[in-house]
Amino acid sequence: MQKIGVFVCWCGSNIAGTVDVAAVAEAVRQIPDVAFATDYKYMCSEQGQAIIRQAVQDYQLDRIVVCSCSPRMHEATFRKCAESVGINPYMVEIANIREQCSWVLKDKAEATAKAIKLAKAAIAKVRFNTPLHAGKSSVVKRALVIGGGIAGIQTALDIAEAGYKVDIVEKEPTIGGRMAQLDKTFPTLDCSACILTPKMVDAAQHENITLYTYSEVEKVSGFVGNFDVTIRKKARSVKADMCSGCGLCTEKCPSRKTPSEFDMNLKNRGAIYIPFAQAIPKVPVIDRDACLKFKTGKCGICSMVCPCDAIDYTQQDELITEKYGAIVLATGFELLPLDKFGDLGWGASKDVISSLQLERLTNAAGPTEGHLVCPSSGKEPKSVVIVSCVGSRDTTERGKTYCSKICCMYNAKHAMYIREKYPNVDVTVFYIDVRTPGKGFDEFQRRAVEEYGVHYVRGQVGKVVVDGDGKLTVFASDLNSGRHLMLFPDLVVLAAAVKPAPDARKLATMLTASIDNDDFYVEAHPKLRPVESPTAGIFLSGMCQGPKDIPETVSQAGAAAAKVIGLLAKDHLETNPCTAVCQENICSGCKSCAHVCPYGAITYADKQIITLNGTREQRTVAVVNEALCQGCGACTVACPSTAMDLKGFTNKQILAEVDALC
Amino acid sequence: MIYNYYPGCTLSTKAKKLDVAARRAAAVLGFPLVELPEWQCCGAVYPMAPDAIAERLSAVRALAAAKANGGVLVTLCSACHHVLKRVNHDMAANEEICRKVNNYLQLEEPYHGETKVLHYLEVLRDHVGWEKLAQQVKNPLKGCSIGAYYGCLLLRPGQVMTMDDPECPNILEDFIKALGAAPVKYSMRNECCAGYLAVTDKGMCQRMVGEIKSNAAGMGAQKLITACPLCAYNLVANDTANGLPVQYFTELLAEALGVGEGGAE
Amino acid sequence: MELTDKELAQQILHLAGTDVKRCIQCGRCSAACPAGDKMDYVPSRMVWELVNGNGASLVKADAPWRCLSCFACEQRCPRGVSPAAVMEAVRLTVIRKQGANKLPAESLENYPADMPQQALVAAFRKYNK
Repeated sequence: MQKIGVFVCWCGSNIAGTVDVAAVAEAVRQIPDVAFATDYKYMCSEQGQAIIRQAVQDYQLDRIVVCSCSPRMHEATFRKCAESVGINPYMVEIANIREQCSWVLKDKAEATAKAIKLAKAAIAKVRFNTPLHAGKSSVVKRALVIGGGIAGIQTALDIAEAGYKVDIVEKEPTIGGRMAQLDKTFPTLDCSACILTPKMVDAAQHENITLYTYSEVEKVSGFVGNFDVTIRKKARSVKADMCSGCGLCTEKCPSRKTPSEFDMNLKNRGAIYIPFAQAIPKVPVIDRDACLKFKTGKCGICSMVCPCDAIDYTQQDELITEKYGAIVLATGFELLPLDKFGDLGWGASKDVISSLQLERLTNAAGPTEGHLVCPSSGKEPKSVVIVSCVGSRDTTERGKTYCSKICCMYNAKHAMYIREKYPNVDVTVFYIDVRTPGKGFDEFQRRAVEEYGVHYVRGQVGKVVVDGDGKLTVFASDLNSGRHLMLFPDLVVLAAAVKPAPDARKLATMLTASIDNDDFYVEAHPKLRPVESPTAGIFLSGMCQGPKDIPETVSQAGAAAAKVIGLLAKDHLETNPCTAVCQENICSGCKSCAHVCPYGAITYADKQIITLNGTREQRTVAVVNEALCQGCGACTVACPSTAMDLKGFTNKQILAEVDALC
Repeated sequence: MIYNYYPGCTLSTKAKKLDVAARRAAAVLGFPLVELPEWQCCGAVYPMAPDAIAERLSAVRALAAAKANGGVLVTLCSACHHVLKRVNHDMAANEEICRKVNNYLQLEEPYHGETKVLHYLEVLRDHVGWEKLAQQVKNPLKGCSIGAYYGCLLLRPGQVMTMDDPECPNILEDFIKALGAAPVKYSMRNECCAGYLAVTDKGMCQRMVGEIKSNAAGMGAQKLITACPLCAYNLVANDTANGLPVQYFTELLAEALGVGEGGAE
Repeated sequence: MELTDKELAQQILHLAGTDVKRCIQCGRCSAACPAGDKMDYVPSRMVWELVNGNGASLVKADAPWRCLSCFACEQRCPRGVSPAAVMEAVRLTVIRKQGANKLPAESLENYPADMPQQALVAAFRKYNK
């Protein structure tokens, strides 16, 4: 006879506050094959686990039921505990009497009755449990980092330093990301390019790192430890190995009508271009939509002036396939497009700019060589208004509900840039709150007010009116004094919300990585697992997981790298043994199962089957790839003959649970 | 498709120009307006309070009448459009208001916001199309720089009015382009003229009108067009300085189509 | 029986039908209000007083009678609050009381003949019951 042990957890007062745990233990104690039942305050603790081990020994238990919190919390804990006293870890079942019982019911009698039912169902199931053994899968010791900004670069450097090969795929022609666009970085005000470019060079030169720039991930299949990825290297129309990076082609290109993405549309670039001077690789790219040669067949000047004969108009995209053990998402962010903010003058005047545009204007390598000028006139502004929270903390359709986190700090930074260089320029920052939680952050913002004389006004801007002469009128509130203000700045800067890169959703689908309604990738646990996706083998680094500044990004990049290194250091991974299995003698080869399998884990093979009548037959039957199977169970539902079953969740087990409940 | 038409009081009297031009143009463009046989004043302001049931009845009567005829309900006056559209939304979205109104009206068939309320401009944009409109233009308004004055009621609140983006609207500018003229965008085009405050606070009205007109003129507008009789009135009667002429958009439309005041019937 | 400050505020809140707790006191509504500089209690202050249950100060305010009912405040509020509804609720709370009409009928004497009747209807409906 089986000897089942049942352990009912109090979970402090989380369960015991609503469920009479002693009564649950008593109720199951009456069942004939329950050899031992008890209740205890914290089953997952050292003492709790000791109780389980002792009971196994004292009562020769051969299977265990724990009535506790969700299996997502401690199934692994109790499995390990069982294994430590010689019981196969899959002879353990969890009855969730917390999330599904004590946390959703208020009446003690009702909750206790339900807890008893759930316990009985788990007991009914565990009777049909059989020992299962995890398989082994290999680990490809190579990591893929998608995104070549500071997050991707830092993660790649840390992984490479640990001795593993890592590829960075970046969709822009160069790595560097947003940091390359910035002037100085808070709270230290050191030059962004100065701290970024050494890392870019390290990444380019590291023997373990391969850069795929102007490239995108096209297809991903496989599973943790064994991802198959197809990367599309887009055609630059320039032979990278021949190009010397002299830049002559970019100077001579006659097409000047395309707004420069790097300069936030403040200046135009050529059709053949290098995004910025320290670009890595320093190989230009031809924007075929803007190039005269590609559009009309005429021109070809770049090819004529190139001293290295590197221009190749016939170059095609190249597809590369590679295997990786782990993938890191580091796709970064963009600013919220502001076309719905006409009330703040966006689109009505060139002098109403975004915060990133201001960053380009003050940057010495920017479109105005660092001179702060009004884009409409080229003249220095006499006063500047900075508007916080444009599209952030906004629950309407045109905004994002979250706080973008970095703007309070960069607004203070921008205000100080301007006052430092142009002490006669008046700067006013309109804010709702000033959020400065980091190390040295509050002191940084206070300097803007106390040392640099920036006017901080609590209140928002309601309207920016542009008149026929291009003059701006800003209508704002000064809530502390209760006044309605009218200002006449020459430049208005909108601190736009941050949002994930536009292709984040496409990538999430490709990788089956969780993504939220704001397109930020979702972490496995907001506090305890911030850099892992719930999908095994996928990790998150940087802004793509949520708004954050550079210090936090670099921290998170290192954390993601540590997780990857932990994974790649393993020689093999244990695979989930709860996979589908086909009972071949009742499989008709109808192929319903493969149609519903989201992981491509089912194929078919011709086999000689001994039928239930004892005869031999040649049949096409389903074959499950245990490494790919994630145990979702969809095939078991689709199968018309119940040939498909799921180990650990067999039809018999599920039906037993149902019978116990009804 | 039946284009039920709700003119509203002002269009039937003091703002007849807006109405007559609209009907002529609609006939030419293929969406003849069929005036509801029975209608009452919409109330001029939308009753915001959730317990204001009586004040919503007139609008619901018009909406229900349109439903009975089939087709859509077209309005011209911004204020009427605002009232009818918002009351319609209440009937569809607010269970208590819908129930109370239906209990009182005892219509043959209870009304739940089924009728589609369209502004004349929406019919032009979505049913006729700017291209088709442009093709029908006989007297293109070449060389005219026209500022569209939206006012506040057509566009706000954006979640209910939905006709166009409340902060960056385009419908009137596209209309102007279709007639062959050059639209002039200006910041104050969606700011309020002060509406009924003209009765109690003339100074406020004069201020708003002054700001609106000087902004439009400063951006190069030679004339303003509007859809609201009260806006049209305020923009002229409370103009202390500017003198920028104001017309109803339908007058311009009729003129361009060759069925204007001086033109053939 | 006189209502307490809090009870009056509750009544106004019910009439307004907008969730004033969502307000983060950013002041954009007040900035957007064309009459903001003429009001004793700007829109954000009206909402604040309502959140804090100060019914008495709301009904004494002059602001609702300066309001254009243009909905700019509601449109530009990033939190989906309608200060316009608060203004209307206060207006109604005042004028629904006997003898509390704000617009005397005598004012019609100087009414310009060409003013569209919708202005007349609108004004009387906003200021009188």
